[in-house]
Amino acid sequence: MDLKIRAEIDDLLATYADCIDDDRLEEWPDFFTERCLYKVIPLENEALGLPIPLMYGDSRAMLKDRVTAHRKANLFAPHLYRHVLSRPHFLGEADGAVKVRSNYAIFRTMTDSAEYGRTELFSVGVYYDQIVFEDGRAMFRERIAVVDTARVQTLLVTPL
Amino acid sequence: MKAAEGLARLAPAPTHRVCSAVPYQAFIDQDLYALEQERLFRGPIWNYLALEAEIPNAGDYRATFVGETPVFISRDRDGGINAMVNQCAHRGAIVCRETRGNRKTFVCPYHQWSYDLKGKLVGVPFRKGINGQGGYPADFDLSGHSLRHLRVESYNGLIFASFDAAAEPLADYLGPEMRAHMDLIFNRPIRVLGFSRQFINGNWKVYAENVKDPYHGSLLHLFHATFGSYRSTQRGGMSLDRLGRHSLISAYKTDDNAGETVAFAQEKVGSYADTYKLADPSLLAARPEFGALTTSIQHIFPSLVIQQISNTLAARSIIPHGVDKFELLVTYFGYADDDAEMSTMRLKQSNLIGPAGYIALEDGYAVELVQRAVQYDGKTKSFVELGGRDTKAQDNLVTEVAIRAFWTYYSNLMGLDWSARGPQDPSRN
Repeated sequence: MDLKIRAEIDDLLATYADCIDDDRLEEWPDFFTERCLYKVIPLENEALGLPIPLMYGDSRAMLKDRVTAHRKANLFAPHLYRHVLSRPHFLGEADGAVKVRSNYAIFRTMTDSAEYGRTELFSVGVYYDQIVFEDGRAMFRERIAVVDTARVQTLLVTPL
Repeated sequence: MKAAEGLARLAPAPTHRVCSAVPYQAFIDQDLYALEQERLFRGPIWNYLALEAEIPNAGDYRATFVGETPVFISRDRDGGINAMVNQCAHRGAIVCRETRGNRKTFVCPYHQWSYDLKGKLVGVPFRKGINGQGGYPADFDLSGHSLRHLRVESYNGLIFASFDAAAEPLADYLGPEMRAHMDLIFNRPIRVLGFSRQFINGNWKVYAENVKDPYHGSLLHLFHATFGSYRSTQRGGMSLDRLGRHSLISAYKTDDNAGETVAFAQEKVGSYADTYKLADPSLLAARPEFGALTTSIQHIFPSLVIQQISNTLAARSIIPHGVDKFELLVTYFGYADDDAEMSTMRLKQSNLIGPAGYIALEDGYAVELVQRAVQYDGKTKSFVELGGRDTKAQDNLVTEVAIRAFWTYYSNLMGLDWSARGPQDPSRN
Protein backbone atom coordinates (compact mmCIF):
# COMPACT_ATOMS: atom_id res chain seq x y z
CA MET A 1 0.00 0.00 0.00
CA ASP A 2 1.05 3.55 -0.81
CA LEU A 3 3.12 4.92 2.07
CA LYS A 4 1.37 8.28 1.76
CA ILE A 5 -2.02 6.60 2.29
CA ARG A 6 -0.66 4.75 5.29
CA ALA A 7 0.66 7.99 6.73
CA GLU A 8 -2.69 9.74 6.25
CA ILE A 9 -4.54 6.88 7.92
CA ASP A 10 -2.06 6.91 10.80
CA ASP A 11 -2.79 10.58 11.16
CA LEU A 12 -6.58 10.04 11.07
CA LEU A 13 -6.42 7.46 13.87
CA ALA A 14 -4.26 9.70 16.04
CA THR A 15 -6.27 12.85 15.33
CA TYR A 16 -9.53 11.06 16.18
CA ALA A 17 -8.20 10.01 19.59
CA ASP A 18 -6.81 13.50 20.29
CA CYS A 19 -10.18 15.03 19.45
CA ILE A 20 -12.00 12.95 22.06
CA ASP A 21 -9.22 13.13 24.64
CA ASP A 22 -9.09 16.93 24.31
CA ASP A 23 -12.87 17.10 24.78
CA ARG A 24 -13.49 18.60 21.35
CA LEU A 25 -16.53 16.37 20.81
CA GLU A 26 -18.21 18.88 18.51
CA GLU A 27 -15.56 18.00 15.91
CA TRP A 28 -15.99 14.25 16.37
CA PRO A 29 -18.81 13.67 13.82
CA ASP A 30 -16.67 15.26 11.10
CA PHE A 31 -14.33 12.27 11.16
CA PHE A 32 -17.14 10.29 9.52
CA THR A 33 -18.69 10.33 6.07
CA GLU A 34 -22.26 11.59 5.88
CA ARG A 35 -23.65 8.07 5.55
CA CYS A 36 -21.52 5.98 7.90
CA LEU A 37 -21.57 3.37 10.60
CA TYR A 38 -20.27 4.03 14.08
CA LYS A 39 -20.93 1.23 16.49
CA VAL A 40 -19.71 0.26 19.94
CA ILE A 41 -20.52 -3.38 20.55
CA PRO A 42 -19.49 -5.75 23.35
CA LEU A 43 -17.35 -8.65 22.17
CA GLU A 44 -19.88 -10.84 24.00
CA ASN A 45 -22.55 -9.94 21.43
CA GLU A 46 -20.22 -9.82 18.43
CA ALA A 47 -18.96 -13.33 19.21
CA LEU A 48 -22.51 -14.67 19.50
CA GLY A 49 -23.58 -12.95 16.27
CA LEU A 50 -26.05 -10.79 18.21
CA PRO A 51 -26.65 -7.27 16.88
CA ILE A 52 -27.26 -5.12 19.97
CA PRO A 53 -24.67 -2.36 20.38
CA LEU A 54 -23.97 0.03 23.25
CA MET A 55 -23.88 3.00 20.86
CA TYR A 56 -25.09 3.09 17.28
CA GLY A 57 -25.16 5.70 14.55
CA ASP A 58 -25.59 5.24 10.81
CA SER A 59 -25.34 8.89 9.81
CA ARG A 60 -23.12 11.83 10.72
CA ALA A 61 -26.31 13.55 11.92
CA MET A 62 -26.95 10.76 14.41
CA LEU A 63 -23.43 11.22 15.78
CA LYS A 64 -24.12 14.96 16.12
CA ASP A 65 -27.17 14.06 18.21
CA ARG A 66 -24.88 11.98 20.45
CA VAL A 67 -22.79 15.07 21.05
CA THR A 68 -25.80 17.33 21.66
CA ALA A 69 -27.18 14.82 24.18
CA HIS A 70 -23.77 14.62 25.85
CA ARG A 71 -23.50 18.39 26.13
CA LYS A 72 -27.10 19.38 26.82
CA ALA A 73 -29.17 16.46 28.08
CA ASN A 74 -27.26 13.67 29.80
CA LEU A 75 -26.19 13.89 33.44
CA PHE A 76 -22.99 12.19 34.55
CA ALA A 77 -19.83 12.77 36.53
CA PRO A 78 -17.44 14.85 34.42
CA HIS A 79 -14.42 12.92 33.22
CA LEU A 80 -11.81 12.79 30.50
CA TYR A 81 -10.49 9.96 28.36
CA ARG A 82 -6.96 9.12 27.36
CA HIS A 83 -6.67 6.75 24.39
CA VAL A 84 -3.63 4.52 24.04
CA LEU A 85 -3.57 3.14 20.50
CA SER A 86 -1.72 0.27 18.94
CA ARG A 87 -0.05 0.57 15.57
CA PRO A 88 -2.65 0.01 12.85
CA HIS A 89 -2.77 -3.29 11.07
CA PHE A 90 -3.61 -2.67 7.40
CA LEU A 91 -5.91 -5.40 6.12
CA GLY A 92 -6.13 -4.37 2.48
CA GLU A 93 -8.79 -2.64 0.40
CA ALA A 94 -12.43 -3.48 -0.19
CA ASP A 95 -15.26 -1.55 -1.88
CA GLY A 96 -13.05 1.50 -2.28
CA ALA A 97 -12.14 1.60 1.43
CA VAL A 98 -8.98 0.73 3.29
CA LYS A 99 -9.63 -1.79 6.04
CA VAL A 100 -7.64 -1.26 9.21
CA ARG A 101 -7.63 -2.91 12.58
CA SER A 102 -6.09 -1.42 15.73
CA ASN A 103 -6.26 -2.00 19.47
CA TYR A 104 -7.21 0.67 22.01
CA ALA A 105 -7.06 1.09 25.74
CA ILE A 106 -8.99 4.01 27.20
CA PHE A 107 -8.25 5.35 30.66
CA ARG A 108 -11.00 7.41 32.27
CA THR A 109 -10.06 10.11 34.77
CA MET A 110 -12.81 11.62 36.90
CA THR A 111 -12.87 15.39 37.25
CA ASP A 112 -15.85 15.77 39.59
CA SER A 113 -15.44 17.05 43.15
CA ALA A 114 -15.94 13.65 44.76
CA GLU A 115 -13.26 11.78 42.85
CA TYR A 116 -11.10 14.44 41.22
CA GLY A 117 -8.07 12.84 39.58
CA ARG A 118 -9.05 9.18 40.01
CA THR A 119 -8.08 7.18 36.92
CA GLU A 120 -9.39 3.78 35.91
CA LEU A 121 -8.79 1.53 32.95
CA PHE A 122 -12.23 2.06 31.44
CA SER A 123 -12.34 0.14 28.18
CA VAL A 124 -10.15 -2.14 26.10
CA GLY A 125 -10.99 -3.35 22.64
CA VAL A 126 -10.40 -3.29 18.91
CA TYR A 127 -11.35 -0.73 16.28
CA TYR A 128 -12.34 -2.25 12.95
CA ASP A 129 -12.30 0.59 10.43
CA GLN A 130 -13.19 1.20 6.81
CA ILE A 131 -11.50 4.38 5.69
CA VAL A 132 -12.24 6.30 2.51
CA PHE A 133 -10.83 9.47 0.99
CA GLU A 134 -13.27 12.29 0.25
CA ASP A 135 -11.79 15.40 -1.37
CA GLY A 136 -8.39 13.99 -0.50
CA ARG A 137 -9.24 13.70 3.20
CA ALA A 138 -9.24 10.38 5.06
CA MET A 139 -12.58 9.67 6.81
CA PHE A 140 -14.30 6.78 8.52
CA ARG A 141 -17.01 5.17 6.45
CA GLU A 142 -17.20 2.64 9.22
CA ARG A 143 -15.71 2.48 12.69
CA ILE A 144 -16.75 -0.44 14.87
CA ALA A 145 -15.33 -0.61 18.38
CA VAL A 146 -15.57 -4.19 19.61
CA VAL A 147 -15.27 -3.91 23.35
CA ASP A 148 -13.54 -6.58 25.42
CA THR A 149 -14.58 -4.74 28.58
CA ALA A 150 -18.20 -5.83 28.36
CA ARG A 151 -18.71 -4.75 31.97
CA VAL A 152 -19.18 -0.99 31.73
CA GLN A 153 -18.26 0.77 34.96
CA THR A 154 -21.13 3.11 35.94
CA LEU A 155 -21.97 4.45 32.48
CA LEU A 156 -20.74 5.13 28.98
CA VAL A 157 -21.58 8.57 27.60
CA THR A 158 -18.45 9.80 25.82
CA PRO A 159 -17.85 7.98 22.52
CA LEU A 160 -14.91 5.57 22.37
CA MET B 1 -34.74 -24.93 63.04
CA LYS B 2 -32.63 -21.82 63.53
CA ALA B 3 -34.44 -18.65 64.50
CA ALA B 4 -33.57 -17.04 61.20
CA GLU B 5 -35.07 -19.92 59.25
CA GLY B 6 -38.19 -19.62 61.35
CA LEU B 7 -38.48 -15.95 60.50
CA ALA B 8 -37.98 -16.62 56.81
CA ARG B 9 -40.98 -18.90 56.89
CA LEU B 10 -43.29 -16.30 58.36
CA ALA B 11 -46.01 -15.60 55.85
CA PRO B 12 -45.16 -12.17 54.46
CA ALA B 13 -48.71 -11.03 55.05
CA PRO B 14 -49.03 -7.28 55.11
CA THR B 15 -49.00 -5.87 58.62
CA HIS B 16 -50.27 -2.58 57.21
CA ARG B 17 -47.32 -1.00 58.94
CA VAL B 18 -46.23 0.94 55.93
CA CYS B 19 -42.61 1.91 55.55
CA SER B 20 -42.39 5.43 54.12
CA ALA B 21 -39.04 6.40 55.64
CA VAL B 22 -36.19 4.04 54.86
CA PRO B 23 -33.21 3.95 57.22
CA TYR B 24 -30.09 4.32 55.05
CA GLN B 25 -28.72 1.39 57.00
CA ALA B 26 -30.63 -0.58 54.34
CA PHE B 27 -27.96 0.33 51.79
CA ILE B 28 -24.76 0.00 53.82
CA ASP B 29 -25.19 -2.59 56.60
CA GLN B 30 -23.02 -5.68 56.01
CA ASP B 31 -24.99 -7.82 58.47
CA LEU B 32 -28.26 -6.92 56.81
CA TYR B 33 -26.74 -7.77 53.44
CA ALA B 34 -25.65 -11.18 54.71
CA LEU B 35 -29.12 -11.75 56.16
CA GLU B 36 -30.67 -10.90 52.78
CA GLN B 37 -28.80 -13.78 51.18
CA GLU B 38 -30.54 -16.13 53.60
CA ARG B 39 -33.98 -14.64 54.20
CA LEU B 40 -34.57 -13.02 50.86
CA PHE B 41 -32.60 -14.57 47.98
CA ARG B 42 -32.66 -18.08 49.50
CA GLY B 43 -36.01 -17.38 51.18
CA PRO B 44 -39.63 -18.02 50.14
CA ILE B 45 -39.46 -16.05 46.90
CA TRP B 46 -38.75 -16.70 43.21
CA ASN B 47 -35.57 -15.38 41.56
CA TYR B 48 -35.47 -14.64 37.83
CA LEU B 49 -32.53 -16.43 36.18
CA ALA B 50 -32.71 -16.18 32.38
CA LEU B 51 -34.96 -16.42 29.34
CA GLU B 52 -35.79 -19.88 28.01
CA ALA B 53 -34.79 -18.57 24.58
CA GLU B 54 -31.19 -18.39 25.84
CA ILE B 55 -31.05 -22.17 26.28
CA PRO B 56 -33.25 -23.62 23.51
CA ASN B 57 -31.39 -26.90 22.86
CA ALA B 58 -30.53 -29.96 24.93
CA GLY B 59 -27.16 -29.36 26.58
CA ASP B 60 -27.45 -25.56 26.50
CA TYR B 61 -26.49 -23.94 29.77
CA ARG B 62 -26.00 -20.53 31.32
CA ALA B 63 -24.30 -19.53 34.55
CA THR B 64 -25.71 -16.76 36.72
CA PHE B 65 -26.39 -15.88 40.36
CA VAL B 66 -29.15 -15.94 42.94
CA GLY B 67 -28.15 -13.09 45.19
CA GLU B 68 -24.45 -13.87 45.49
CA THR B 69 -24.87 -17.63 45.19
CA PRO B 70 -23.45 -18.87 41.88
CA VAL B 71 -25.95 -21.07 40.05
CA PHE B 72 -26.35 -22.41 36.56
CA ILE B 73 -29.23 -23.64 34.47
CA SER B 74 -29.24 -26.35 31.84
CA ARG B 75 -31.65 -27.77 29.27
CA ASP B 76 -31.75 -31.57 29.59
CA ARG B 77 -32.54 -34.16 26.92
CA ASP B 78 -36.19 -34.29 28.00
CA GLY B 79 -36.49 -30.57 27.31
CA GLY B 80 -36.63 -29.84 31.04
CA ILE B 81 -34.81 -26.94 32.70
CA ASN B 82 -32.63 -27.57 35.72
CA ALA B 83 -31.19 -25.00 38.11
CA MET B 84 -28.27 -26.01 40.32
CA VAL B 85 -25.91 -24.36 42.74
CA ASN B 86 -22.64 -23.98 40.85
CA GLN B 87 -20.58 -25.81 43.44
CA CYS B 88 -19.09 -29.29 43.29
CA ALA B 89 -20.53 -31.78 45.80
CA HIS B 90 -16.99 -32.95 46.48
CA ARG B 91 -14.89 -30.04 47.75
CA GLY B 92 -16.88 -27.02 46.75
CA ALA B 93 -15.24 -25.71 43.57
CA ILE B 94 -17.11 -23.91 40.78
CA VAL B 95 -18.21 -26.57 38.28
CA CYS B 96 -19.57 -24.57 35.35
CA ARG B 97 -16.91 -21.98 34.47
CA GLU B 98 -18.19 -20.53 31.21
CA THR B 99 -21.02 -18.02 31.03
CA ARG B 100 -22.93 -20.01 28.43
CA GLY B 101 -22.50 -22.84 25.97
CA ASN B 102 -23.52 -26.40 25.22
CA ARG B 103 -22.22 -29.52 26.97
CA LYS B 104 -23.07 -33.17 27.52
CA THR B 105 -21.69 -33.20 31.05
CA PHE B 106 -20.39 -30.68 33.56
CA VAL B 107 -16.95 -31.61 34.85
CA CYS B 108 -15.47 -30.02 37.95
CA PRO B 109 -11.94 -28.99 36.95
CA TYR B 110 -10.48 -29.73 40.39
CA HIS B 111 -10.89 -33.55 40.51
CA GLN B 112 -13.00 -34.15 37.42
CA TRP B 113 -16.17 -35.18 39.17
CA SER B 114 -18.68 -35.12 36.36
CA TYR B 115 -22.38 -34.35 36.42
CA ASP B 116 -25.08 -34.88 33.80
CA LEU B 117 -27.43 -32.18 32.50
CA LYS B 118 -29.73 -32.74 35.47
CA GLY B 119 -26.89 -32.30 37.95
CA LYS B 120 -26.63 -36.00 38.82
CA LEU B 121 -23.13 -37.22 39.64
CA VAL B 122 -22.15 -39.70 36.92
CA GLY B 123 -18.38 -40.02 37.16
CA VAL B 124 -15.69 -39.99 39.86
CA PRO B 125 -12.02 -40.65 38.91
CA PHE B 126 -10.16 -43.40 40.82
CA ARG B 127 -13.33 -44.32 42.59
CA LYS B 128 -11.98 -47.82 43.37
CA GLY B 129 -8.42 -46.57 43.83
CA ILE B 130 -5.41 -47.83 41.89
CA ASN B 131 -4.46 -51.52 42.08
CA GLY B 132 -6.76 -51.93 45.04
CA GLN B 133 -5.07 -49.09 46.90
CA GLY B 134 -7.03 -46.06 48.05
CA GLY B 135 -10.33 -45.05 46.49
CA TYR B 136 -13.70 -44.49 48.12
CA PRO B 137 -15.25 -46.78 50.74
CA ALA B 138 -17.42 -49.62 49.38
CA ASP B 139 -20.65 -47.90 50.42
CA PHE B 140 -19.89 -44.74 48.38
CA ASP B 141 -23.02 -44.02 46.38
CA LEU B 142 -22.93 -41.61 43.41
CA SER B 143 -26.63 -40.87 43.81
CA GLY B 144 -26.01 -39.27 47.18
CA HIS B 145 -23.78 -36.57 45.68
CA SER B 146 -25.77 -34.65 43.11
CA LEU B 147 -25.40 -30.91 42.68
CA ARG B 148 -27.72 -28.95 44.93
CA HIS B 149 -30.95 -28.26 43.06
CA LEU B 150 -33.21 -25.27 43.14
CA ARG B 151 -36.91 -25.46 42.32
CA VAL B 152 -37.47 -24.22 38.76
CA GLU B 153 -40.60 -22.84 37.16
CA SER B 154 -41.11 -20.79 34.01
CA TYR B 155 -43.72 -18.24 33.09
CA ASN B 156 -44.06 -17.23 29.42
CA GLY B 157 -40.46 -18.24 28.79
CA LEU B 158 -38.97 -16.50 31.83
CA ILE B 159 -37.10 -18.93 34.07
CA PHE B 160 -37.34 -18.50 37.85
CA ALA B 161 -35.84 -20.55 40.66
CA SER B 162 -36.38 -20.83 44.39
CA PHE B 163 -34.32 -22.32 47.20
CA ASP B 164 -37.40 -22.67 49.36
CA ALA B 165 -39.67 -25.72 49.15
CA ALA B 166 -42.34 -23.65 50.89
CA ALA B 167 -42.44 -20.89 48.26
CA GLU B 168 -45.89 -20.58 46.67
CA PRO B 169 -46.23 -21.66 43.01
CA LEU B 170 -44.61 -19.15 40.63
CA ALA B 171 -47.91 -18.09 39.02
CA ASP B 172 -49.29 -17.19 42.47
CA TYR B 173 -46.06 -15.44 43.41
CA LEU B 174 -46.37 -13.24 40.33
CA GLY B 175 -50.08 -12.65 40.83
CA PRO B 176 -52.77 -11.81 38.25
CA GLU B 177 -51.89 -8.10 37.93
CA MET B 178 -48.26 -8.80 36.99
CA ARG B 179 -49.07 -11.86 34.87
CA ALA B 180 -51.42 -9.80 32.70
CA HIS B 181 -48.56 -7.53 31.66
CA MET B 182 -46.16 -10.44 31.16
CA ASP B 183 -48.81 -11.98 28.88
CA LEU B 184 -48.81 -8.75 26.86
CA ILE B 185 -45.01 -8.47 26.46
CA PHE B 186 -44.36 -12.19 26.02
CA ASN B 187 -47.29 -12.76 23.70
CA ARG B 188 -45.34 -14.75 21.08
CA PRO B 189 -41.90 -16.32 20.58
CA ILE B 190 -39.05 -13.92 21.24
CA ARG B 191 -35.53 -13.68 19.83
CA VAL B 192 -32.59 -12.67 22.01
CA LEU B 193 -30.78 -9.69 20.40
CA GLY B 194 -27.88 -9.18 22.78
CA PHE B 195 -26.61 -8.37 26.25
CA SER B 196 -25.12 -5.42 28.09
CA ARG B 197 -23.49 -5.26 31.49
CA GLN B 198 -23.29 -2.22 33.71
CA PHE B 199 -21.41 -2.34 36.99
CA ILE B 200 -22.61 0.21 39.51
CA ASN B 201 -21.13 1.11 42.89
CA GLY B 202 -24.32 1.05 44.89
CA ASN B 203 -26.57 -1.23 46.88
CA TRP B 204 -28.90 -3.28 44.69
CA LYS B 205 -31.96 -1.86 46.45
CA VAL B 206 -31.11 1.71 45.44
CA TYR B 207 -31.65 0.48 41.91
CA ALA B 208 -34.81 -1.43 42.88
CA GLU B 209 -36.18 1.90 44.16
CA ASN B 210 -35.17 3.53 40.88
CA VAL B 211 -37.26 1.18 38.75
CA LYS B 212 -40.27 1.73 41.03
CA ASP B 213 -39.95 5.48 40.80
CA PRO B 214 -41.77 7.25 37.96
CA TYR B 215 -41.04 10.62 39.64
CA HIS B 216 -37.46 10.73 38.37
CA GLY B 217 -38.32 9.70 34.81
CA SER B 218 -38.64 13.15 33.27
CA LEU B 219 -36.52 14.97 35.88
CA LEU B 220 -33.29 12.97 35.86
CA HIS B 221 -33.49 11.83 32.23
CA LEU B 222 -33.64 15.08 30.27
CA PHE B 223 -33.14 13.68 26.79
CA HIS B 224 -36.78 13.92 25.74
CA ALA B 225 -37.19 17.33 27.37
CA THR B 226 -34.07 18.63 25.65
CA PHE B 227 -35.13 17.42 22.22
CA GLY B 228 -38.81 18.21 22.71
CA SER B 229 -39.78 14.62 22.05
CA TYR B 230 -42.12 14.04 24.99
CA ARG B 231 -44.91 11.72 24.22
CA SER B 232 -45.92 9.81 27.26
CA THR B 233 -45.73 11.48 30.61
CA GLN B 234 -49.25 12.68 31.00
CA ARG B 235 -51.35 9.57 31.30
CA GLY B 236 -50.06 6.68 33.30
CA GLY B 237 -50.57 4.42 36.23
CA MET B 238 -48.91 2.35 38.85
CA SER B 239 -50.11 -1.14 39.64
CA LEU B 240 -48.94 -3.52 42.32
CA ASP B 241 -49.47 -7.14 43.23
CA ARG B 242 -51.51 -7.91 46.34
CA LEU B 243 -48.45 -7.77 48.61
CA GLY B 244 -46.87 -4.73 46.96
CA ARG B 245 -43.60 -6.47 46.23
CA HIS B 246 -43.89 -6.25 42.43
CA SER B 247 -44.81 -3.13 40.52
CA LEU B 248 -45.68 -1.93 37.06
CA ILE B 249 -45.26 1.61 35.78
CA SER B 250 -47.30 2.19 32.62
CA ALA B 251 -47.29 5.31 30.48
CA TYR B 252 -49.70 5.86 27.62
CA LYS B 253 -49.66 8.08 24.58
CA THR B 254 -51.84 11.14 24.82
CA ASP B 255 -53.11 13.35 22.02
CA ASP B 256 -52.09 16.47 23.85
CA ASN B 257 -48.31 16.72 23.50
CA ALA B 258 -48.36 20.51 23.73
CA GLY B 259 -50.08 20.35 27.10
CA GLU B 260 -47.30 18.18 28.47
CA THR B 261 -44.61 20.52 27.26
CA VAL B 262 -46.36 23.46 28.88
CA ALA B 263 -46.84 21.58 32.15
CA PHE B 264 -43.16 20.67 32.17
CA ALA B 265 -42.06 24.22 31.41
CA GLN B 266 -44.31 25.62 34.13
CA GLU B 267 -42.47 23.50 36.68
CA LYS B 268 -39.28 25.26 35.55
CA VAL B 269 -37.42 22.00 35.52
CA GLY B 270 -33.66 22.40 35.35
CA SER B 271 -32.06 22.60 31.92
CA TYR B 272 -35.42 22.24 30.20
CA ALA B 273 -35.20 23.63 26.73
CA ASP B 274 -37.27 23.01 23.66
CA THR B 275 -34.65 24.50 21.40
CA TYR B 276 -32.79 21.38 20.23
CA LYS B 277 -34.00 19.10 17.50
CA LEU B 278 -32.67 15.68 16.58
CA ALA B 279 -30.50 16.06 13.47
CA ASP B 280 -31.47 12.48 12.57
CA PRO B 281 -34.99 11.79 13.84
CA SER B 282 -34.84 8.21 12.57
CA LEU B 283 -33.47 7.41 16.04
CA LEU B 284 -37.00 7.67 17.40
CA ALA B 285 -38.84 6.10 14.47
CA ALA B 286 -41.22 3.68 16.12
CA ARG B 287 -44.18 1.44 15.48
CA PRO B 288 -46.85 0.94 18.15
CA GLU B 289 -46.84 -2.64 19.40
CA PHE B 290 -48.96 -2.52 22.54
CA GLY B 291 -51.82 -0.14 21.71
CA ALA B 292 -51.41 3.22 23.42
CA LEU B 293 -48.77 1.89 25.81
CA THR B 294 -45.47 3.68 25.15
CA THR B 295 -43.43 2.78 28.22
CA SER B 296 -43.74 0.07 30.82
CA ILE B 297 -41.31 -0.76 33.57
CA GLN B 298 -42.21 -3.87 35.53
CA HIS B 299 -40.28 -4.89 38.61
CA ILE B 300 -40.65 -8.48 39.76
CA PHE B 301 -39.24 -8.80 43.27
CA PRO B 302 -36.38 -8.97 43.95
CA SER B 303 -34.22 -8.63 40.86
CA LEU B 304 -36.05 -8.69 37.53
CA VAL B 305 -37.06 -5.66 35.50
CA ILE B 306 -39.05 -6.15 32.32
CA GLN B 307 -38.73 -2.97 30.31
CA GLN B 308 -40.56 -1.76 27.25
CA ILE B 309 -39.65 1.71 26.07
CA SER B 310 -41.14 2.34 22.66
CA ASN B 311 -39.83 -0.64 20.61
CA THR B 312 -37.01 -1.56 22.97
CA LEU B 313 -37.66 -4.71 24.94
CA ALA B 314 -35.39 -6.09 27.61
CA ALA B 315 -35.15 -8.16 30.76
CA ARG B 316 -32.78 -6.60 33.28
CA SER B 317 -31.22 -8.71 36.04
CA ILE B 318 -30.00 -6.98 39.17
CA ILE B 319 -27.06 -9.05 40.45
CA PRO B 320 -25.59 -7.96 43.80
CA HIS B 321 -21.81 -8.17 44.26
CA GLY B 322 -21.45 -7.06 47.87
CA VAL B 323 -23.40 -4.51 49.89
CA ASP B 324 -22.28 -1.56 47.76
CA LYS B 325 -21.94 -3.02 44.25
CA PHE B 326 -24.22 -4.64 41.72
CA GLU B 327 -24.25 -5.58 38.09
CA LEU B 328 -27.10 -4.83 35.77
CA LEU B 329 -27.23 -7.54 33.13
CA VAL B 330 -29.59 -6.49 30.36
CA THR B 331 -30.92 -9.08 27.91
CA TYR B 332 -32.37 -7.35 24.84
CA PHE B 333 -34.98 -9.12 22.77
CA GLY B 334 -37.37 -8.75 19.90
CA TYR B 335 -39.88 -11.19 18.45
CA ALA B 336 -39.02 -14.13 16.24
CA ASP B 337 -41.29 -12.69 13.54
CA ASP B 338 -39.78 -9.16 13.50
CA ASP B 339 -39.51 -7.80 9.96
CA ALA B 340 -36.45 -5.89 8.70
CA GLU B 341 -37.93 -2.48 9.47
CA MET B 342 -38.73 -3.46 13.06
CA SER B 343 -35.26 -4.96 13.52
CA THR B 344 -33.72 -1.65 12.42
CA MET B 345 -35.99 0.31 14.78
CA ARG B 346 -34.98 -1.87 17.73
CA LEU B 347 -31.32 -1.43 16.79
CA LYS B 348 -31.50 2.37 16.55
CA GLN B 349 -33.69 2.73 19.62
CA SER B 350 -31.20 0.66 21.62
CA ASN B 351 -29.35 4.01 21.87
CA LEU B 352 -32.02 4.93 24.43
CA ILE B 353 -31.32 2.16 26.94
CA GLY B 354 -28.45 0.27 28.54
CA PRO B 355 -25.16 1.61 29.94
CA ALA B 356 -24.90 4.25 27.19
CA GLY B 357 -28.65 4.83 26.91
CA TYR B 358 -29.87 8.38 26.35
CA ILE B 359 -32.65 7.88 28.90
CA ALA B 360 -30.95 5.26 31.06
CA LEU B 361 -27.30 6.05 31.63
CA GLU B 362 -28.14 8.57 34.38
CA ASP B 363 -29.53 5.82 36.59
CA GLY B 364 -26.03 4.45 37.18
CA TYR B 365 -24.91 7.92 38.19
CA ALA B 366 -27.94 8.57 40.43
CA VAL B 367 -27.43 5.28 42.30
CA GLU B 368 -23.80 6.18 42.98
CA LEU B 369 -24.75 9.68 44.14
CA VAL B 370 -27.08 8.11 46.72
CA GLN B 371 -24.61 5.44 47.82
CA ARG B 372 -21.76 7.92 48.16
CA ALA B 373 -23.82 10.21 50.40
CA VAL B 374 -25.50 7.64 52.65
CA GLN B 375 -22.43 5.54 53.37
CA TYR B 376 -21.39 7.76 56.26
CA ASP B 377 -24.54 7.45 58.30
CA GLY B 378 -27.03 4.62 58.46
CA LYS B 379 -29.24 6.31 61.02
CA THR B 380 -30.88 8.96 58.87
CA LYS B 381 -33.90 8.10 56.75
CA SER B 382 -35.29 8.85 53.34
CA PHE B 383 -38.67 10.53 52.76
CA VAL B 384 -41.02 8.56 50.55
CA GLU B 385 -44.42 10.23 50.80
CA LEU B 386 -45.05 11.35 47.23
CA GLY B 387 -48.62 10.37 46.45
CA GLY B 388 -49.50 9.75 50.11
CA ARG B 389 -48.47 7.35 52.82
CA ASP B 390 -50.32 4.22 51.81
CA THR B 391 -49.56 1.35 49.45
CA LYS B 392 -52.60 1.39 47.16
CA ALA B 393 -52.26 1.24 43.38
CA GLN B 394 -52.64 4.67 41.74
CA ASP B 395 -53.72 5.94 38.36
CA ASN B 396 -51.02 8.58 38.07
CA LEU B 397 -47.24 8.72 37.92
CA VAL B 398 -46.62 11.41 40.51
CA THR B 399 -46.23 8.87 43.25
CA GLU B 400 -43.76 6.83 45.25
CA VAL B 401 -46.35 4.25 46.25
CA ALA B 402 -44.38 1.36 44.75
CA ILE B 403 -41.29 2.30 46.75
CA ARG B 404 -43.33 2.34 49.99
CA ALA B 405 -44.88 -0.99 49.07
CA PHE B 406 -41.46 -2.48 48.29
CA TRP B 407 -39.99 -1.49 51.65
CA THR B 408 -43.11 -2.59 53.49
CA TYR B 409 -42.83 -6.06 51.94
CA TYR B 410 -39.04 -6.14 52.33
CA SER B 411 -39.08 -5.26 56.02
CA ASN B 412 -41.77 -7.88 56.66
CA LEU B 413 -39.75 -10.52 54.81
CA MET B 414 -36.58 -9.58 56.67
CA GLY B 415 -38.30 -9.51 60.06
CA LEU B 416 -37.70 -5.78 60.59
CA ASP B 417 -40.07 -3.08 61.72
CA TRP B 418 -39.35 0.03 59.67
CA SER B 419 -42.80 1.53 59.99
CA ALA B 420 -41.74 4.50 62.10
CA ARG B 421 -41.93 7.75 60.08
CA GLY B 422 -39.20 10.42 60.31
CA PRO B 423 -37.64 12.50 61.56
CA GLN B 424 -35.21 11.98 58.73
CA ASP B 425 -32.33 13.27 60.78
CA PRO B 426 -32.50 12.74 64.57
CA SER B 427 -29.97 15.50 65.10
CA ARG B 428 -32.46 18.03 63.71
CA ASN B 429 -34.91 17.42 66.58
